[in-house]
Amino acid sequence: MKILVPVKRVIDYNVKPRVKMDGTGVDLANVKMSMNPFDEIAIEEAIRLKEKGVATEIVAVSIGEQKAQETLRTALAMGADRAILIVSETEVEPLGVAKLLAKIVEEEAPGLVILGKQAIDDDSNQTGQMLAALTGRPQGTFASKVEVEGDTVKVTREVDGGLETVSLKTPAIVTTDLRLNEPRYASLPNIMKAKSKPLAQKTPADYGVDVSPRLKTLKVAEPPKRSAGIKVADVDELVAKLKALGVAA
Amino acid sequence: MKTLVWVEHEGGAVKDATLSAVTAAAKLGEVHLLVAGQGIGGIADAAAKIAGVGKVHVADGAAYANALPENVAPLIVELMGHHDAFVAPATANGKNIAPRVAALLDVMQISEILSVESEDTFTRPTYAGNAIATVQSSDAKKVITVRGTAFEKAAREGGSGSVEAISGGGDAGLSSFVGAEISKSERPELTSAKVIVSGGRALLNSENFHSIIEPLADKLGAGVGASRAAVDAGYVPNDYQVGQTGKIVAPEVYIAVGISGAIQHLAGMKDSKTIIAINKDEEAPIFQVADYGLVGDLFKIVPELTSKL
Repeated sequence: MKILVPVKRVIDYNVKPRVKMDGTGVDLANVKMSMNPFDEIAIEEAIRLKEKGVATEIVAVSIGEQKAQETLRTALAMGADRAILIVSETEVEPLGVAKLLAKIVEEEAPGLVILGKQAIDDDSNQTGQMLAALTGRPQGTFASKVEVEGDTVKVTREVDGGLETVSLKTPAIVTTDLRLNEPRYASLPNIMKAKSKPLAQKTPADYGVDVSPRLKTLKVAEPPKRSAGIKVADVDELVAKLKALGVAA
Repeated sequence: MKTLVWVEHEGGAVKDATLSAVTAAAKLGEVHLLVAGQGIGGIADAAAKIAGVGKVHVADGAAYANALPENVAPLIVELMGHHDAFVAPATANGKNIAPRVAALLDVMQISEILSVESEDTFTRPTYAGNAIATVQSSDAKKVITVRGTAFEKAAREGGSGSVEAISGGGDAGLSSFVGAEISKSERPELTSAKVIVSGGRALLNSENFHSIIEPLADKLGAGVGASRAAVDAGYVPNDYQVGQTGKIVAPEVYIAVGISGAIQHLAGMKDSKTIIAINKDEEAPIFQVADYGLVGDLFKIVPELTSKL
């Protein structure tokens, strides 16, 4: 089967984001950007399914500015076969992304779409579920294990109290949780090889999808700062503090 | 506005997360509830008693037993014919179902709101809680998930909602529930615990986690949490994880033991009322958010602390 893996270029997860002084957003100028960590896990899972002989082709897709090409090249260097970039210089919301992906799903007819469970910039956790809704496919979200068996896929999911397993009819949509796998690093020869793999460029208009935003960001502010605390000298002082807080008798 | 709230329930009881969602929904207008599952008459009656609740829609059937979104989302979409907003707690189930509903209604979901500014304007955290965005929705119907720790819980008693059975479309035939492995714990549930003791990588192994963190937690009647490092190293199961990708908690007191304080961890606990950090590294970022910090070896400090409580 073919596997489609959407990837997003986001601020690197180690960078502490800074809110712009004018309250219009987070300052992304000259900030290190990387592939969303959950998407790396999605690519890795697709590659492992290919190595097991389950998947035949892996198509990586990204929606965003021209620079998202770099993210797709990373996916190709990890092991994706080809890539599609839908260029949009303005930010596309999860609903718009899901609509564009639904069109690609229609075109490419993948047996599985594997997405990250959330992007670490907008923290929405929506796109996979929305894509499943728009394509009428079942969804296996927050996956920590994925097993393809014939025309079903068994997905173990991370839920609030532990783990849960569901069986989905393929074609299906899966979103990855952190513990699904450990993504590989792209080797230098593979990074070089990735440069010659096909990367198609499209626009939202090519798919006839209206991606105008539904949510307007009125303001972005820093969270309330915690006031500076104190260091206590020893355990006795800490015990006294806990008693003062009323949590210890 | 008429708002429909998804009732999160477990083991025959309405979960606290639902009560926070009801408080958020009440800021938008009239609150109706949806209880879906199998053999849920008792939960429906309990839900009808929640303060401020109007109608309680009850969908009882095998297809709804495990909250499979393929079966539940169409049911909600049907009810949205006569509701203006759908509100779900930002639990694993809520996050699984709500976006499917939003896409079927062709609206953008507003995830994990922290406050209701007006009927169409909300605040929500982005970038692991490092930026709070105020967003205004232009959609006719709103689909919202609610961060439980940001809203008071509605009272479990005092309401007198009317209960009404609905049937819905049943099984969509796309998915089925295979089984669950739910961690057994006698301790308070993490997301509603008043006190939480969390351990990190510095515990070194699972045995230490059990012998050092748990006795302190038991002394304080606290829930037990962990950093991602401790979970990845296999000291505790993943549902202990506090952080951007785990649970978001805001207890009265959060005690971080051997946790450095990476931004992904802080995202899950920095709204705690009082934060206490025990770490041997004086420069650990956790001390920048801790109200009380104690620098030293956790293997000495924690047992001493436990014995003195």
